[in-house]
Amino acid sequence: MRVIGLDIGSRTVKRVTLEDGVVVDHSVVPGSHDPLAVCDGVLAGQRPDRVVATGYGRRLFAEHRQAETLTEIRAVALGARHLRPTTRTVLDIGGQDTKVVALGADGAVAKFEMNDRCAAGTGRFLEVMATALSYPMDQFVQAGREADTAQPVHAMCTVFAESEVISATARGVDRAALARGLHEAVVRRSVAMLRRVALEDDIVFCGGGALNACLHQLIAESLGRQVHLPPHPQIVAALGAALSVNSPARSPRRVQ
Amino acid sequence: MTETTDYRPMWSELGLDLDKHDALLAALGQAYGDVFLSQENRPETMGYFDFVMGEIHGLRVKELVDARAAGRIVVGSFCVFVPEELVLAVGGVCVGLCAGADFGTEAAERYLPRNTCALIKSFFGFTLEKVCPYISACDLVVGENTCDGKKKAYETFADLVGREFMVLDMPNTKSGEGRAILKRAYLDFAARLENLSGVTITAENLTAAIELVNAKRRAMHRLARLRQADPTPISGLDALLANQVFFYDDPERFTQSVNNLCDELEKRVAQKVGVAPAGTVRIVISGCPMAVPNWKLPAIVESTGAVIVGEESCIGERGTQNLVDGSGDTVGELMESLVDRYFAVDCAVFTPNPTRAPHTLQIAKDCRAHGVIHFALQFCAPYQMEAPLLEREVEKGGVPVLRLDTDYSTEDVEQLRTRVEAFVEQLRGESEPIAHRS
Repeated sequence: MRVIGLDIGSRTVKRVTLEDGVVVDHSVVPGSHDPLAVCDGVLAGQRPDRVVATGYGRRLFAEHRQAETLTEIRAVALGARHLRPTTRTVLDIGGQDTKVVALGADGAVAKFEMNDRCAAGTGRFLEVMATALSYPMDQFVQAGREADTAQPVHAMCTVFAESEVISATARGVDRAALARGLHEAVVRRSVAMLRRVALEDDIVFCGGGALNACLHQLIAESLGRQVHLPPHPQIVAALGAALSVNSPARSPRRVQ
Repeated sequence: MTETTDYRPMWSELGLDLDKHDALLAALGQAYGDVFLSQENRPETMGYFDFVMGEIHGLRVKELVDARAAGRIVVGSFCVFVPEELVLAVGGVCVGLCAGADFGTEAAERYLPRNTCALIKSFFGFTLEKVCPYISACDLVVGENTCDGKKKAYETFADLVGREFMVLDMPNTKSGEGRAILKRAYLDFAARLENLSGVTITAENLTAAIELVNAKRRAMHRLARLRQADPTPISGLDALLANQVFFYDDPERFTQSVNNLCDELEKRVAQKVGVAPAGTVRIVISGCPMAVPNWKLPAIVESTGAVIVGEESCIGERGTQNLVDGSGDTVGELMESLVDRYFAVDCAVFTPNPTRAPHTLQIAKDCRAHGVIHFALQFCAPYQMEAPLLEREVEKGGVPVLRLDTDYSTEDVEQLRTRVEAFVEQLRGESEPIAHRS
């Protein structure tokens, strides 16, 4: 059986194709104002038996195409657990939200939290800040890693933080120090969420944010723990969605 | 929402802005159809509540206008701490006032800071935009010193409401002194009502009023017990509607209607007929009030395939819990019993408020709920601050909690849906994706 997991995120659409439970192919493409059209492009020629959609576009997709849906919480949990069976904590920094999922020893979701309704502290936040500092993304990350000092940035609202950064550059503050300060701001927020929800080993970091080596390094340093990166961190939720088709169902937990 | 009578002359007389009021009723009718009438397998006796909602600004308002014409006073309130018993004792009519819709927010923000909760903004908005016939039909509007937001807002509201207005002082501790404050507030309220109506409160009329409200609460207790069955015989939305109508319908007719509903639900339970199959994920909602027409979160929860089986909320348990001991022989004794009933309500304005978390856990267990969703309005400091404490206590008792902060706007519906769906998946303990019908 050919199953496709489709993670329709705010910035990118991720696809994982399973053939009898084995990953045969995956892709990551930019999103657009028309997520359905992007998804159709991603699925062209794929001929799946089943499609499971996750991410913020899952409902739209399932309303217009033949698909089942799963939340991104359950999807990243399944994906991370498949890639690393000892996973107990998942941090996912995506384009417009950040989430932490705590897993029980059996892999079931025990607790989760997502950031508030705005994009503070997410991948999109860092993209906007890189642009404000006239850095391409890779150089923004490298500058953050190599900076000797950090210029703290206090605003977490993307709009306010951009003003803060522009004011700082107008005062002559070193932009590498700002790059570092901006990464640290996102790290503080993510680590606070991790501490609220869960911090059991193993910790897996995924989502597009996990491609950012500066974030990864600072989060591991801040926690003083090993933070594991999957080989393709962006496709973990899409993988989980595809895997959900074969995962066993249990009866609901009952309160005595 | 069928309209059989033309109420426009009445609304006009009450000083409403008819165009804005039309817009409000159209939105309300649309929402009611989408949220309530689209549900499957509803109890037939919910027809009464559909009728009441269809006539929310019509027949019931006419009854209030007629009551005033017959010499009865009409008293409006915003809170479960305003005792209906005293209003009924003087032959008056007590109604809950509109505070559940995102309407007139810009007008409200001329007087209120942006970071004011949606409920306060809503009653300002309804008043300023002249779309609440209930306020216009009142002789007396009663505020209460509960949270800081309300107590400061009432200072401004007193000049805007255009009716006689008074504020009940409220204690913030569950102490002897606190109880004394509540008692004094109720004595002041009683004196004001006597003065306004010309009717003296006696042991006889107060006993009768207490019995009338006790009967109403008893019917709601019966409804709450029936919802404990699995499969549950009624949706959380329909039960919430009964809890909302509790605050403004004629008490006797309401009690009879809830009992009729319960008769039908009893048969359903005996036949194991439910609104969802046995084993469906069961949720208790805890937190801030859901005033009409705030159906946003329950509609999201039940759209994910879960069912709501209880409300630890002002529109729910806090409004209906406990009865007043009506056995006293004197007004003094009856007033003490009245204060006892209301003082036991564990609203988050009390500090500390140690009974609320165990009470919530007990409701969850009684309702055989799999999880609790804590609903807080943004900028509602008492409930937002209490949420982590409640979460910890309830989870310690073995029931998972999801905390959500929201308001009356629809911009965050999809974000809420993701969290609620993920929570329901977590409680269901399975990973199979949801198959879509469309």
